[in-house]
Amino acid sequence: MTQQELLNQLQQIAFYLVDLNLYMDTHPDCPQGLALYNTYATKLRELRMQYEQAYGPLLNFGNMLAKNGFDWINSPWPWEN
Amino acid sequence: MWIYQKQLQYPVNIQRGDVGMAKFLFAQYGGPDSELSASQQYLAQRFTMPTPETKALLNDIGTEEMAHWEILGAMIYQLTKNATPDEMKAAGLGDYYATRGKGVFQQSPSGEPWTSAYIQVLNDPIANLSNDMAAEQKARAAYERLMSLTNDASIIAPLAFLRAREVVHFQRFGEALMDIQNVCVKNYAKG
Repeated sequence: MTQQELLNQLQQIAFYLVDLNLYMDTHPDCPQGLALYNTYATKLRELRMQYEQAYGPLLNFGNMLAKNGFDWINSPWPWEN
Repeated sequence: MWIYQKQLQYPVNIQRGDVGMAKFLFAQYGGPDSELSASQQYLAQRFTMPTPETKALLNDIGTEEMAHWEILGAMIYQLTKNATPDEMKAAGLGDYYATRGKGVFQQSPSGEPWTSAYIQVLNDPIANLSNDMAAEQKARAAYERLMSLTNDASIIAPLAFLRAREVVHFQRFGEALMDIQNVCVKNYAKG
């Protein structure tokens, strides 16, 4: 998977989880929602680790490793195209 | 994008209510040199910063300022949560209570709502970073004034932490400014 493909997949799952999180905030007792939340949270974690290994950290403040020098600062930043 | 971490950067455990002190703390919650102003200024300036180092620095300090704004909000909440309407009134927050109850509103101690007129966002990195250094010193001085207005150790401790962060941010912005000036000098020498 290319960096862009991996990032697109991450964006989709991350957005799905944002939306589901909002639903769960008002439906905390919904069992189907809860199961989906945890399934996709696991997928998100796996994809993030895959991205981190290949392309460097997506999160700051020590939430991901910076293995190739301090590559957190590297471009492109999200607002750049 | 942002995600939220469900913890304060520095603990806030205020034991005794103090509406008057809460009123003063609005200076750093929603006043001109508040944490809110700092966060909005740095996060907006980041878009046109020219180097990876300055993009990262403004992104990360801007994000930390949001965590500081949250600390001020937690302090104001804890200082006012058990106050009676009479206590709000006696401390000069009678108008506030009439308007918003104990909602934690982005305003200055004297009641001006927060405005982006407080901040500076240009596409000149030297002007931006110079403004940012000034912002940090104004906030550092504000925390010293706020600490002089109370004897309560549970209020002073988070204020001292926040003051120390202003000093560190000032140092980092100074380094970023020197770095950018060197880039400008090199570009000028190249023609």
